[in-house]
Amino acid sequence: MQFQFDSLASFFAMNGHGPYVWASYGMVVLVLVVLAVTPVLRQRKLRREFQQQLRQEEARRRAAAARSASQRTAEAVE
Amino acid sequence: MSWQWFHRLGSPRWFYQKSSAWLPWLGGAALLLLSVGIVWGLGFAPEDFKQGNSYRIIYIHVPAAFLALAGYYIMAISGAIGLIWKMKLSFVVMRAAAPIGAALTFIALFTGAVWGKPTWGTYWVWDARITSMLILFFLYLGVMALSGAFSREQSGDKASALLALVGTVNIPIIYKSVDWWFTLHQPATLKLTEASTIDPSMFYPLITMIAGFYLFYAWVLTLHTRTMILQREGRTQWVRELLGAPAPTKA
Amino acid sequence: MGSEAVGVSLSKKAQSDEARGVALDAYARVPGFYTLFRTELVLAARRRSDIVNPLLFFVTVLAMMPLGIGPEPEMLSRMAPGLIWVMALLATLLSQESLFRGDYEDGSLEQLALQPQPLYFPVLAKVLVHWLVTGVPLALLSPLLGMMLNLGAEGYWPLFVSLVLGTASLSLIGAVGAALTVALRRPGLLLALIIMPLYVPVLIFGTGTVQAALDGYSFGPQLAVLGAILAVAAALAPLASAGAIRISLEN
Repeated sequence: MQFQFDSLASFFAMNGHGPYVWASYGMVVLVLVVLAVTPVLRQRKLRREFQQQLRQEEARRRAAAARSASQRTAEAVE
Repeated sequence: MSWQWFHRLGSPRWFYQKSSAWLPWLGGAALLLLSVGIVWGLGFAPEDFKQGNSYRIIYIHVPAAFLALAGYYIMAISGAIGLIWKMKLSFVVMRAAAPIGAALTFIALFTGAVWGKPTWGTYWVWDARITSMLILFFLYLGVMALSGAFSREQSGDKASALLALVGTVNIPIIYKSVDWWFTLHQPATLKLTEASTIDPSMFYPLITMIAGFYLFYAWVLTLHTRTMILQREGRTQWVRELLGAPAPTKA
Repeated sequence: MGSEAVGVSLSKKAQSDEARGVALDAYARVPGFYTLFRTELVLAARRRSDIVNPLLFFVTVLAMMPLGIGPEPEMLSRMAPGLIWVMALLATLLSQESLFRGDYEDGSLEQLALQPQPLYFPVLAKVLVHWLVTGVPLALLSPLLGMMLNLGAEGYWPLFVSLVLGTASLSLIGAVGAALTVALRRPGLLLALIIMPLYVPVLIFGTGTVQAALDGYSFGPQLAVLGAILAVAAALAPLASAGAIRISLEN
């Protein structure tokens, strides 16, 4: 088994068939990368949204706690 | 025989936890085989004496076409399992398989068209295999469109699973009829029959690429399925904990 | 008027069939099939526009064709079988959207689904009526269109027979799509997207019948294949439609 082309330039030219071969391989690599990357990106987005949601819940809980605490002090004062 | 494994398989949680161990192996093996196959096919396989270097497109065209068809059956079978055993996971797999299959069908069509230009002198020929691929592409798009059209997720799952099943019954009929249609209309100037024998030096890289595509498919399908599980099960406790929520404290 | 005459003769046939059915065991009789069939036929005869509109569409679009591709008789006669068949496909598809819609909206589809009998026969009755009011008139109209498009004389009879057989398969296959999309608000384009690929074999063998006759061959084999497709579709499509209706009703 040996490299079939004399030079890198002839490897890219592919005896005149270069554009077709490289366009096909380029498109395949592009589609495969998109297939592999989209779920990763979506997972990251899901995580981010979830963190935000968690923070909101936390803030709401804290606000509710503060409100009930101040209510209790107000009742105590009365 | 114990059916426990089967029922466990239906649980998205079990699948999510188990599959995280498979992912790196699948992805690594797929990348390895694909890169070896691409370098081998592009640089080291001998030139075809009739078609020249354009034949090197075969190393991506054929595996993509294989998986485009196999992917449809994977999608339809998981849809059928979902309909019969009401398994949550299999619907997720079905939905994840649809865009992947459509993308592979697109690859097969695109590379086939680009390959056709230097070989037959035109990008598009209404050849039996190309036409069947195009119809397969439409079938995929139909399943995707239908699954997205329902506001209620379960209805979309079941409806698109049923459509995928109907498509499975039809695929052999469509293939046969397109084949027949093509032999009827075959222009005499185009001889599309391929050499049935292929030299081992050209065949081994092809096998490598086919194996690589299968592994890649398994890897990407797992990735998409996991993502969709997270999306769907977002309200359950195990996903919340997985995503970093504190364990619930007894108030 | 013509449709009423058809209705009368059919209901006579239905009565004689019913009389034969009484002799059978009560369970062996197809429950409700004839009642539903007659009701549907009367309803269809009342809604004239549902019968006339697909026919008008068929004729109007075919009249556009020579304006688009030129009036040369040789070219038109070459394209005539394909054009007529594609238009028949579209006309069937367009009329199919409303197949279950009215029953879905007024709740009678749910009543049918709640009955203890399988949904197979109600669906078959509805499809049969749909075919009688769209497919058969289309086939009856086809010689006129063949004349307008300069179809060869030996093509008329095969065109008519292939349309009669083929539109029945189209109605059956389309019913699956109509049932899948009945719960959606605007199913029109989606229905075309999911059903068109499944129409491919019927289209191929339908035009193949006419083409064979025009080329001077016997067209029996193609008609036989169309008949086989119809037999498979009649057995399976109502089952799939029944499943799809249940899925749609859950939505």
